[in-house]
Amino acid sequence: MPFKILEKSQIVPTIHQIIIEAPKIARKARAGQFVILRIDESGERIPLTIADFDGENGTITIIFQEMGKTTKQLSKLQAGDSLLDFVGPLGNPSEIEQVGTVVCVGGGVGVAPIFPIARAHKEAGNRVLTIIGSRNTDLLLWEDKVRDVSDELYITTDDGSKGHHGFVTDILKQLLEGDEQISLVIAIGPPIMMRTVAGVTHPFGVKTMVSLNSIMVDGTGMCGSCRVLVGGETKFACVDGPEFNAHEVDFTLLMNRLMMYRTEEQLAEEKYECDREGCQC
Amino acid sequence: MPVLDRQHMPRQDPEKRRKNFEEVALGYSGEQAKKEASRCIQCKKPACIAGCPVEINIPAFIKCIDEDDMEGAVKELKSMNALPAICGRVCPQESQCEAVCVLGKKGEPVAIGRLERYTADWELGTKPIPEEKPEPTGKRVAVVGSGPASLTTAAELAKLGHSVTIFEALHKAGGVLVYGIPEFRLPKSIVLNEVKYVERLGVSIQYNSVVGKLDTLDELLEEFNAVFLGTGAGLPRFMDIDGENLSGVYSANEFLTRVNLMKAYQFPDYDTPIKRGQRVVVVGGGNVAMDSARCAVRLGAEEVTIIYRRGEEEMPARNEEIENAKEEGIKFKILSNPTRILGDESNWVKHIECLNMELCEPDESGRCRPEPKLGTEHLIDVDVVVIAIGTSPNPLIPMTSKGLKTTKWGTIVADENGITSKNGVFAGGDVVTGSATVISAMGAGKIAAKAINNFLNN
Ligand SMILES: Cc1cc2nc3c(=O)[nH]c(=O)nc-3n(C[C@H](O)[C@H](O)[C@H](O)COP(=O)(O)OP(=O)(O)OC[C@H]3O[C@@H](n4cnc5c(N)ncnc54)[C@H](O)[C@@H]3O)c2cc1C
Ligand SMILES: Cc1cc2nc3c(=O)[nH]c(=O)nc-3n(C[C@H](O)[C@H](O)[C@H](O)COP(=O)(O)OP(=O)(O)OC[C@H]3O[C@@H](n4cnc5c(N)ncnc54)[C@H](O)[C@@H]3O)c2cc1C
Ligand code: SF4
Ligand code: FES
Repeated sequence: MPFKILEKSQIVPTIHQIIIEAPKIARKARAGQFVILRIDESGERIPLTIADFDGENGTITIIFQEMGKTTKQLSKLQAGDSLLDFVGPLGNPSEIEQVGTVVCVGGGVGVAPIFPIARAHKEAGNRVLTIIGSRNTDLLLWEDKVRDVSDELYITTDDGSKGHHGFVTDILKQLLEGDEQISLVIAIGPPIMMRTVAGVTHPFGVKTMVSLNSIMVDGTGMCGSCRVLVGGETKFACVDGPEFNAHEVDFTLLMNRLMMYRTEEQLAEEKYECDREGCQC
Repeated sequence: MPVLDRQHMPRQDPEKRRKNFEEVALGYSGEQAKKEASRCIQCKKPACIAGCPVEINIPAFIKCIDEDDMEGAVKELKSMNALPAICGRVCPQESQCEAVCVLGKKGEPVAIGRLERYTADWELGTKPIPEEKPEPTGKRVAVVGSGPASLTTAAELAKLGHSVTIFEALHKAGGVLVYGIPEFRLPKSIVLNEVKYVERLGVSIQYNSVVGKLDTLDELLEEFNAVFLGTGAGLPRFMDIDGENLSGVYSANEFLTRVNLMKAYQFPDYDTPIKRGQRVVVVGGGNVAMDSARCAVRLGAEEVTIIYRRGEEEMPARNEEIENAKEEGIKFKILSNPTRILGDESNWVKHIECLNMELCEPDESGRCRPEPKLGTEHLIDVDVVVIAIGTSPNPLIPMTSKGLKTTKWGTIVADENGITSKNGVFAGGDVVTGSATVISAMGAGKIAAKAINNFLNN
């Protein structure tokens, strides 16, 4: 039962959006959850956050960045093509309550998964301040969508080509030092960014959640591949998370484990490029 | 006295098989099967049947082989066991039917398992024997999971005319049979064939469906007249020692899933990677440990060591697999227990520290508790560690449904008929017993199918 791609678009050169027909998952999905997909018989199972879902039309939107073999292969698919497997919704939904003011922080491709969370907080009656950042303007995605669900939107770029010249954490720090009482910070982005966010909010004692992107296989708690250390305890990101209290996460361990297959990943990518270009190596 | 010696099972040469994932045991030839079948003395009160958890009429199917009636042998087998090609390969016959065969008292028992495998494989080589289609009852049953417990329940219920849908979290059916047990012990084509047989009986399988996430148990109960839970015991246990989360330290489930389900042994033709260690340590003494160690050898490791805290006698793995592992050059370090794992500067596992153990007098349970010998700590160089010390049931379903009782070990509470604390919900296999065997899971599936049928008819 393959899963059909209804729409495919390139957002920025290395980031793509795909809308998939998956009515059952779309009806169940909540902000903060993810799917696992497999393109074809020899493919790897890769997790991607549900960036948007539409229960009525029965669709799931994912946004992904080209990292290696599988995401590159995925970027070549077009509307009308199908995925072999599409499992979800996995992981726990974000906890959404009326708490006052919430700051949502999205870095790089993390802007997409922060969108449904910001929307849900807004719908729950919270004041939502959103900070999104990327290396430069060209890599900035979903600005309008995020603005629509935020009371205030701040933009940062590393090179200063748009918004604040600097990092998302610069703005976050300003907000925390300001007059407004902030009840919750939630951040999604590269592990380094999430670790920095945790460092910034810690002295202010503000509850901070991050969504961890550890390497996964089944996504149901069966393999233990996704284990992360939170508050000194081993947790499985796929079933205990993916969101955890940022102040308790061992980011060094997360980053080390993300490097586990670097040699193999390079080999797979080289082979993929070779096969595509038909070279004889 | 037996007329002939037990027929030897041809196997791939150890030197050759260390380098491939093809099946190790090659199966009897027709001539061997007949010779072996003729050893059975057709006891009036056959002990073997009672030794079989699904009560196959063993002398009857063996007699068919002896009389060249292979179709009859298949029918006899399949009337009691829907997955004979699997059982013929992985059942611990030496502790079940063969353990009580009368010939075993003086010599060697009839090779019941090998004959079972021969019969099932014979059918695979022919056109499937058509099944009679029962009258549909209009009753609908949801079966969660597609391991041996679920496949058996589904097959039995379909034979009774109920409409059965299996919900499987993964993209392939078979449970541990496809993600855990390696190709060289149980070819995946064999599992697929038996899954197809269950489908031919009318069972439909929905893959990529995680119950508790996509549908909850309560939602299934609205749509179906009854639900069977055969979700196994897939949650890996760790030892809670330092260094367990270092890169290169695997749970057996992850290691085996990457290799078997995701075909990492064919990387990069298949995309899923696995670390091919040179010095691999596997902790544990069961089938899972043997399978992990034998996979590591085939992935090219120079040295593979199994670390087990009791003695070899106490190892829960099947004798045949311990013997196979030894032939393949795997080292056994018994009476040894890991105390911590150490990594290098990039956090990759480098050493494992072990402590020698000694067995004291058996306690009231009859088991010897291993005691550490103080001061015997020593380091072993490693680059991959696989932890195979057991699993427990996944809490996903009990967590997301009301009124389903579980024990403190996480297993689902069910009576001897598979009836749980929740009306209309039945369970069997590893999710009830904790990690056990394929045949006990199938036995539980059969009993639960009877209970479900009673429930549906009342
Ligand atoms: C819960 C979760 C949600 C995610 N959501 C998104 C998302 O919305 N958009 C997005 O672009 N990316 C997301 N990721 C990361 C995404 O899964 C990886 O980028 C992808 O698996 C890379 O695969 P590859 O074959 O292209 O690259 P590879 O060359 O295989 O890997 C590149 C890097 O990706 C990571 N990675 C590799 N395999 C996996 C795996 N099986 N699981 C997780 N990480 C892996 C590793 O850090 C690796 O170094 C998410 C990860 C998780 C765990
Ligand atoms: C490596 C290994 C080697 C073994 N070797 C032997 C052997 O040689 N002989 C022997 O007799 N036994 C052996 N065993 C034990 C045997 O495989 C198990 O006892 C048996 O498979 C249990 O069957 P089951 O049907 O209860 O569950 P499983 O086989 O575990 O199947 C459970 C299925 O349920 C699915 N599932 C779980 N949760 C959900 C959910 N929420 N929604 C949907 N689906 C779900 C899983 O994906 C899985 O497919 C071995 C086990 C392992 C791990
Ligand atoms: S106990 Fe042994 S000899 Fe007797 S019927 Fe069974 S298999 Fe044959
Ligand atoms: S991905 Fe396997 S346990 Fe989380």
